[in-house]
Amino acid sequence: MQKYILVRLFNIVATLFVISTLTFFLMKQLPGSPFDEEKLAALPDEVRTQIYDQYGLNAPVWHQYVNYLGNLLKGDMGLSFYYQDRPVSNIIVDRIGPSALLGIQALIIGTAVGLILGLIAAFKHNSMWDYITMLIAVLGISIPNFVFAALLQYFVGLKWGVLPIAYWESYQSTILPTIALAIGVVAVVARFTRNEMLEVLGQDYIMTAKAKGLSSRNIIIHHAVRNAMIPVLTVLGPVVVSLITGSLVIEQVFSIPGIGSLFVESIKVNDYSMIMGVTLLFSVLFVFMVLIIDLLYGLIDPRIRLAGGKEG
Amino acid sequence: MSIEKVEINDESFQPVLSDPSDKEALSGKELVGWRNSWRRLKKNKGAFVSLFVLAFIVLLAIFGPHMNSYTYYQTDYSVSFQPPSSEHWLGTDKFGRDQWTRIWEGTRISLYIALLAAVLDLIIGVMFGAISGVFGGKVDLVLQRIIDILVGIPNLIVVILLILFMKPGIVTISVAMVITGWVNMARLVRSQIFKLKTQEYVMASQALGANVFRIIFKHFIPNSMSLILVNLMFTIPSAIFTEAFLSFIGLGLQEPLASLGVLINDGFHAMQSHYYLLIFPSIVIVALMVCFNLLADGLRDAVDPKMKD
Repeated sequence: MQKYILVRLFNIVATLFVISTLTFFLMKQLPGSPFDEEKLAALPDEVRTQIYDQYGLNAPVWHQYVNYLGNLLKGDMGLSFYYQDRPVSNIIVDRIGPSALLGIQALIIGTAVGLILGLIAAFKHNSMWDYITMLIAVLGISIPNFVFAALLQYFVGLKWGVLPIAYWESYQSTILPTIALAIGVVAVVARFTRNEMLEVLGQDYIMTAKAKGLSSRNIIIHHAVRNAMIPVLTVLGPVVVSLITGSLVIEQVFSIPGIGSLFVESIKVNDYSMIMGVTLLFSVLFVFMVLIIDLLYGLIDPRIRLAGGKEG
Repeated sequence: MSIEKVEINDESFQPVLSDPSDKEALSGKELVGWRNSWRRLKKNKGAFVSLFVLAFIVLLAIFGPHMNSYTYYQTDYSVSFQPPSSEHWLGTDKFGRDQWTRIWEGTRISLYIALLAAVLDLIIGVMFGAISGVFGGKVDLVLQRIIDILVGIPNLIVVILLILFMKPGIVTISVAMVITGWVNMARLVRSQIFKLKTQEYVMASQALGANVFRIIFKHFIPNSMSLILVNLMFTIPSAIFTEAFLSFIGLGLQEPLASLGVLINDGFHAMQSHYYLLIFPSIVIVALMVCFNLLADGLRDAVDPKMKD
């Protein structure tokens, strides 16, 4: 187990190293400059050199790279090119609140609703509930999140005027974006839970439990749900990824000052250091999420040999 | 809450093939397994209807832009923001471009992306997985490290970084998909081949002197075909989504080109007064996604009888 975690941690470090290296050199190759070239050319040479110095752009590329990695270890991601002189890490800290709130809300609500729907659908297999749940699942998986967000905004916000259309003002303004983010989670979790549950209910040990004369309630809680929950954990990995990518559009649609919209804005204005910072943040989040899920998986179900890998 | 309900009626005892004497008929090279799958797929109403809806959408994408005299880039400021009418069936956008033509032009892009994703999955994904699985050892180790890194980065981030590097557009999206789109397929094919490798008939084939490529093409790939097909069908909607997503946030196709993502973004900005610009492209993309997903589901259930409930 310890060896497994060590190997995984080593892999994570390697992956993050590759990602930061790749992004750094990609950024260096980018066309366009974060500065206004025309105004810069009009400045006296000394001033220009000073500006470049401030951003560390005069040194050779490999030197900039080593500097960047060194600073990164200290948690310093450099200065933003766009938000004059503010450190990238500061801006990220400023912006992470709304994204984290939305993401966590969507994850919790989405998983809970998905689980409930999935369980109901499985117990009432081939009933009205089952069909409704499956319909929600198919639609939730199929409708692109930005389409869903735009339609929510149009109908709930604009037509009916029930909830705020956009912006980050009161708690009410978190409701629509949370729903828009959560629908995908609901769909994935509900569908997976239902299929797992049906599979488990068909197992011999359920039959045995019934033959022993256990109550339905007992069987469901102690035999069925517990065994069905384990595989459901695996979908949380893809779910987190979908929440991260979802935040890119949802925050834009609802004009929320979060990390997702920050990322899209930085790309549009060539804010290199910011793009790198956010990319790294996303990657760190992603790899650690995957690790945590794998570890949880092993903890809950001892039958899974962690070292055996994913060949299955 | 009843745990399980088994219904047994006359239907349960019907012969599987509608006419038992069918079994006697000479069926040439057709494989029984595939015929069974097709039969099961036909029974799945959702999948079957999806097939027709998709065919309908494809036809409209092919002929739609030619059904009136407008082109997708032709602007006419005198008719900007027209609601749907007999002149412009689905209205016009802010530049007076015909929305009907633009929507089907955009659908073409989505379908092109779908086709590209499928081809890439088949060529790169299957070959990568096959080589990794067949050769094993060091080759496998190196190829798996490459996949590990690709998997370690959220897909969309790779695509976005690439788009920074190249000009946004259909070529860039295609390249991005070349880099990231096939990873799942490669993993699946690899693990399938690991399973097949130990089968006796493979050993027999080897003993008879078959070379690696013969084994790959005659044994491994045909025996992984259902898995490949199902995964292929799930790749398609996610590829369509990726393109639309990128176009929506402004990193995909650029004006005056139309993709469903671009159209939805335009419609989104104008939705307050011109809802039809948002609704129609949304309907088309949702229809595409729902149909491909239902078809993929149906196909999975059809080729994998274990999943049948």
